[in-house]
Amino acid sequence: MRVQLTAEQQRAGERFAAFADDHLVPYADGWDRAQELPRAVVHLLAEAGHLGAVVPADHGGAGLDAISFGLLHEEAGRACSSVRSLLTVHSMVSYALVRWGRPELRARWLPELARGTYLGAFAVTEPGAGSDLAALSAQARPVAGGYALDGHKHWITFGQYADLFLVFARLEGRPAAFLVERQRAGLTVVPQAGALGTRASMLAEVRLTDCRIPAENLVGRPGFGLSAVAASALELGRYSVAWGCVGLAEACVRASLAYADTREQFGRPLRRHQLVQRMLADMVTGTSAARLLCQQAGWLRESGDPASVHATWLAKYFASTAAVRAADDAVQIHGSRGIGDAYPVQRYLRDAKVMEIIEGSTQLQQITIAESAYQVRPRPAGGVEPRRPDAEGLIR
Amino acid sequence: MMENIREQVRAFLARYIRDREVADDEDIFTAGHVNSLFVMQLVLFVEGELDCPVADEDLELENFSSVDAIVALVERRTAAVRG
Ligand SMILES: Cc1cc2nc3c(=O)[nH]c(=O)nc-3n(C[C@H](O)[C@H](O)[C@H](O)COP(=O)(O)OP(=O)(O)OC[C@H]3O[C@@H](n4cnc5c(N)ncnc54)[C@H](O)[C@@H]3O)c2cc1C
Repeated sequence: MRVQLTAEQQRAGERFAAFADDHLVPYADGWDRAQELPRAVVHLLAEAGHLGAVVPADHGGAGLDAISFGLLHEEAGRACSSVRSLLTVHSMVSYALVRWGRPELRARWLPELARGTYLGAFAVTEPGAGSDLAALSAQARPVAGGYALDGHKHWITFGQYADLFLVFARLEGRPAAFLVERQRAGLTVVPQAGALGTRASMLAEVRLTDCRIPAENLVGRPGFGLSAVAASALELGRYSVAWGCVGLAEACVRASLAYADTREQFGRPLRRHQLVQRMLADMVTGTSAARLLCQQAGWLRESGDPASVHATWLAKYFASTAAVRAADDAVQIHGSRGIGDAYPVQRYLRDAKVMEIIEGSTQLQQITIAESAYQVRPRPAGGVEPRRPDAEGLIR
Repeated sequence: MMENIREQVRAFLARYIRDREVADDEDIFTAGHVNSLFVMQLVLFVEGELDCPVADEDLELENFSSVDAIVALVERRTAAVRG
């Protein structure tokens, strides 16, 4: 396992941290309260090149390696989970095109996505299809020159701002992925307000009613919309969220260390009370462990190793649950001030909870990790595993 | 060289389908032994370990459905590169 960053990655991380400290940290509480991320922030992200993180240089992007991409999402997550989720979904759409778009589609859209002239959103979830994506029911019908889409998507991050939606629907029964530009007739965006966390992520419902798109907007082959296009994008999304959770936990650590150092009760600072130390110790350890799992997933991802899939699930599961524990303890350490809105820790707790639901909920992670643990364990001598008993309890 | 690839494909599948041997012509998807993440892992394997880039036009279930199909895909791709 490799943990050291290259000098170049280290420098990139410092650049991302400075961007977050200058442009995001001071304002994130305000955006959370207003439930709105100003458009100007999107432009800042575009100017800094952060919207082209996964777009290769020959299409105008930054073409970041997996670790640097992770560091960007860690620093964004430390500052503001709504901004981090913008980077996540925009990169998911870009990556789906990098990975599975035909050359003409890549040439048409990747430079726009990299520049941020078009903001991407990822639209798979439906009222009837959440964790169970196979229940996808949006429909695509072949029509002259293209397809007509009908369906209802909800909880679409930055749906309110997006210019380009990656929409998943069934084409003659087979899951498929389509690019739908915002201005297409038949696409309606309905803002969703009042979320517990990532409140500035401009959530929206997206309704499609006989929405006509040209044939070239199909991404990947029909039949592979979920298993390849959505799976690659969600894999990147999971990797991004895992790093974002490291940042969120790091923010909890920093806030708690500072507060416990200055707040005095019973004649000494909180940091001298052992039960507070227990919380600080768990927070610091959980954050470090989450970061290591993310780095491991990153190195495997960078080398194209199939083991990266399993490693990314471990990283996301651990980092999201560690972030919830860290934020819970951070609020506890801050006492009543942790409940009030003068300190950011209540935002961290609300945002952290979201991370246990998106990109595969905690329960789905547990199921998947337990299942794939059987694939990574060493094989018994002789190669083939012993046969399992059948329904009648017999080994035949 | 192709026999070597066949061995690699068998070894890869054996990691995911562990309670029995898979015949070279057996459809691994209809046998129901793999989960939804398997396509991603398989694509990464074909690209990384077999050094065979997988593009949009290769995304047909028939290209990945069995040991024979994967070996045939790699053969076609390698022949195409050699021109
Ligand atoms: C803030 C936010 C942003 C989002 N952004 C996007 C976006 O940009 N694009 C998009 O397409 N979607 C988005 N989503 C939707 C998100 O992906 C789904 O909420 C998620 O997939 C879970 O689906 P669900 O909400 O329908 O919950 P359900 O699938 O109904 O799950 C409800 C509960 O049941 C549990 N559960 C479900 N199945 C099982 C099982 N087999 N075993 C045990 N427990 C189970 C779950 O873990 C969960 O605790 C977003 C959601 C949120 C909250």
